[in-house]
Amino acid sequence: MSEFDPDQRVNRRKVLECMAWTGTGVLWAISGGVPHSVGIIDEAVAQEPHGLTFLQISDSHIGFHLPPNPNALGTLEECIAKVNALPKKPAFMIHTGDISHLSLTSQFDDADKIIGQSRLDVHYVPGEHDLVDPEQKLFLDRYGHGTKGAGWHSFSANGVHFVGLVNVHDLKAGGLGNLGNDQLEWLEKDLNAHTASTPIVVFAHIPLWTVYPAWGWGTEDGTQALSYLKRFGSVTVLNGHIHQVMQKVEGTVTFHSARSTAFPQPAPGTAPFPGPMKEVAADKLRTMLGIANVTFKQNEQRLAIIDNSLQT
Amino acid sequence: MSISNTMRSALIAAGMGAACAPFVAVFVLPAWSQTVSASAISINNFAFKPQTLTVKAGTTVTWTNKDADAHGIASSNNAFARSKALDTNDDYSFTFSTPGTYQYFCYIHPQMTGTIVVE
Repeated sequence: MSEFDPDQRVNRRKVLECMAWTGTGVLWAISGGVPHSVGIIDEAVAQEPHGLTFLQISDSHIGFHLPPNPNALGTLEECIAKVNALPKKPAFMIHTGDISHLSLTSQFDDADKIIGQSRLDVHYVPGEHDLVDPEQKLFLDRYGHGTKGAGWHSFSANGVHFVGLVNVHDLKAGGLGNLGNDQLEWLEKDLNAHTASTPIVVFAHIPLWTVYPAWGWGTEDGTQALSYLKRFGSVTVLNGHIHQVMQKVEGTVTFHSARSTAFPQPAPGTAPFPGPMKEVAADKLRTMLGIANVTFKQNEQRLAIIDNSLQT
Repeated sequence: MSISNTMRSALIAAGMGAACAPFVAVFVLPAWSQTVSASAISINNFAFKPQTLTVKAGTTVTWTNKDADAHGIASSNNAFARSKALDTNDDYSFTFSTPGTYQYFCYIHPQMTGTIVVE
């Protein structure tokens, strides 16, 4: 079968669509240094992973109210109910941005009220929708305690070093996501304090790898950040922004993007422009939304990432 | 023969112009650039339409967001005031009094860019 076989291309597109249509959240398991997805939430529940487990949620877009989802707060609440039903309580949660749709105080309040029902510590990085209030200060006032610059920060848990990066501030015309020199300098210093055997988890809103530049799905100076991570034996990069599950492995680096809890976006190149997929049938929507559950096991080589859709 | 056909077409066009002038006006103006005294830009399918707009000094330009996603208007070099975040059907107006070329972009989706030429 040739590389350009038309049937093959159709199949590949179908696979991409399926990837895009399956999600509630990702359960991550960190085993012996490398995070790996444990599957969707229901699989994760079945496996009952041991070791450090944390959750990723993303793109809750509280305030969005148009097709295909008139109630983004409701689907976030369904996701948090799934989190609360997990047999093993995760150590903490990360939110990879676009908490709100328009950076309104009421939208952040609504999101906090629902996410608070999980009773988990939550580490936030902003999405571009969280920095659009006139003074661009509501996100930092609320979630920025103990962070540097536009909200970047790091912390360690169970021997794993976590780094939250901000690539949605100071966006330039025609450009992609952007980290900037101040943050890159901080990142280099932060990582220098850790040995190459320390498992690293980096999380940011826009993918640090180039997914689809025509839609702005990439980070201008992401390559510079990744160069600082080369010496580490286990690196996992978690992102949101594109509202679909996408994963790739490059050497010791695993890249993974999570579903939105609010609305799906098309797979790259399958539509003329990005944005909410308006035509999704009501009974299909929940198969395209979700959370991610991640487990780290001490004596295994990979983090386990489980993408969980609200409905399978 | 051909002259007579052309004349007939012109007469028909004139007749249609009298009956439905707005339709004919849209047909005649070039799509890529318009010179008017008050002007509108629609934000549609993640693009500014028209992408380049030429206006006379003193013109008020109004952007209207027709997308399901939010957008925001920012000058590429801070030459004019930034809009608030525009939800679906929100609009933003700015009056351009000084001639020049103004590049702008969507500060939520920076791959979206546009130009306003003020004469």
